[in-house]
Amino acid sequence: MSILVYIENVEGNFKKSGFEALSYAKAIADTLQQEVYALSIGNVENTELEKAGKYGASKIINVQQEQLKNFVNQAYASIIADIAKSTGASTIILSNSFSGKGLAPRVATKLNAGLADAATSLPIIEGETWKIKKTVFSSKAIATIDLLSPLKVISLAPNAYEPSESPSDIQIENYTPKIEQSDFSTIIKEIVRATDKVSLPEADIVVSAGRGMKGPEHWGLVEELADVLGAATACSKPVSDAGWRPHEEHVGQTGLAVSPNLYIAIGISGAIQHLAGVSSSKTIVVINKDPEAPFFKVADYGIVGDAFEIVPQLIEALKRYKSN
Amino acid sequence: MKILVCISNVPDTTSKITFTDNNTAFNSNGIQYIINPYDELALSKAVELADGGKANVTVIHVGDVASEPTIRKALAVGADQAVRIDAPPRDAWFVANQIATYAKTENFDLILTGRESIDYNGAQVQAYIAELLQIPSVSIAKRIEINGNEATIDREIEGGKEVLTVNLPVVIGTAEGVAEVKIPNMRGIMGARSKPLTVLPAVDVPALSTISNYETPTPRGAVTLIDKDNINKLVELLHTEAKVI
Repeated sequence: MSILVYIENVEGNFKKSGFEALSYAKAIADTLQQEVYALSIGNVENTELEKAGKYGASKIINVQQEQLKNFVNQAYASIIADIAKSTGASTIILSNSFSGKGLAPRVATKLNAGLADAATSLPIIEGETWKIKKTVFSSKAIATIDLLSPLKVISLAPNAYEPSESPSDIQIENYTPKIEQSDFSTIIKEIVRATDKVSLPEADIVVSAGRGMKGPEHWGLVEELADVLGAATACSKPVSDAGWRPHEEHVGQTGLAVSPNLYIAIGISGAIQHLAGVSSSKTIVVINKDPEAPFFKVADYGIVGDAFEIVPQLIEALKRYKSN
Repeated sequence: MKILVCISNVPDTTSKITFTDNNTAFNSNGIQYIINPYDELALSKAVELADGGKANVTVIHVGDVASEPTIRKALAVGADQAVRIDAPPRDAWFVANQIATYAKTENFDLILTGRESIDYNGAQVQAYIAELLQIPSVSIAKRIEINGNEATIDREIEGGKEVLTVNLPVVIGTAEGVAEVKIPNMRGIMGARSKPLTVLPAVDVPALSTISNYETPTPRGAVTLIDKDNINKLVELLHTEAKVI
């Protein structure tokens, strides 16, 4: 028996979430005394493929075909399910990324497996029943999902499991899948990716700002703070609704839910709709001139004061800290 | 064009979430229910595409009779008819099987769902439906344009977007940007009362998972306030105490 981990790549580089999934799989495999097999689909070089060994995979199955260069959920799901069957995998682990959300239910259906999505904990294994936690009700509660089926699919929430190295000799196995043309009905015309920015859904640190910034012309300050921290930038709904920032940056209900290690909120009052998207962040810092802002109630650290005075000082303080 | 919009009935955002039966069931006592906000985007897009007759819009909901006010609201927004599958929405797998079973009998060109629901935050139903129907799906769409038999969609990806085309039928999960949310007007509300709402029995679906327990997250400790004249203290605490930088 084995655990199969599908690792996503962006232009040939494995995503951090893939190493999180591998480490998570390794922890389960050690409990069950099973092997971890990794699976890569797309154009990934051997030096990158070998990195899966650092996190405990003993084999990586490499599917490299022109038609599979970019993600197509139907085709990728077919390949993952086929390889799960041929390797005798009992558990399939994926990342609960934007692509993973379209993939995991398809894989689970093909294998008649139960799916634990956006998992935030390792399973508690009670025979065939695995108990796995996830956040529900927009982070207001945590549910324990019992997977009851013999085969199991788990999609791991981003930033929920710290990758840890567990070096293993790794064998690269090239594999040419049987391809069904009916799996390729979506045709990708264009991929637009901001390469100079940290991707918000996966960021360790997020610097977010609201109407307290008074206008889009003041966002340089937010971006400078994000730069110093290697953080992604985000915003509240009123800000994206006003067109100060693109919708992609809106965190909160109807926008994006994030769970970084550090979330810094500047000039955001903390309406419940906003908190729904950020309250599972590990550490929250709130900067707001209104001491009554509801955001302070869910913050770990707070500074009451004018963002235009505090943020430049914070940037300077961080630069000093970084240079030491 | 025939459009199916899948809607779920969720607790209003401001609801206090509590549990009952020894933390094994959601406590719906006193909860105000709304159409899942992402499903509202799907519905608004469908009504926009229909534009008074260019498409026929059916809303489908899996749930008991208590969710009929939510279904009527969807009809008031502009759907032509509604179907309610009469069973508690046990989980995403169960709901998707009910919807796929119904969709098989109707040949919809477009099946829209919200990108996820704000109660179980699963984002699973759309891909399950698509796989059960063996048709393509796009999980997080920020723009949808339909031209004849082809949809052009902006799919959100980490750090950017992907522009793709696909022939109908397709299942699409809608996100912010696809449409302006439509608010029902008085004429819509009056008209909704007489629109057809068909109640169908659920099909049997073996359970692959179940929720065995709920808990509320450990509350954060009280906020540590830092004097605005001592910003270095924040940096120090983030490093030594929170260990995040």
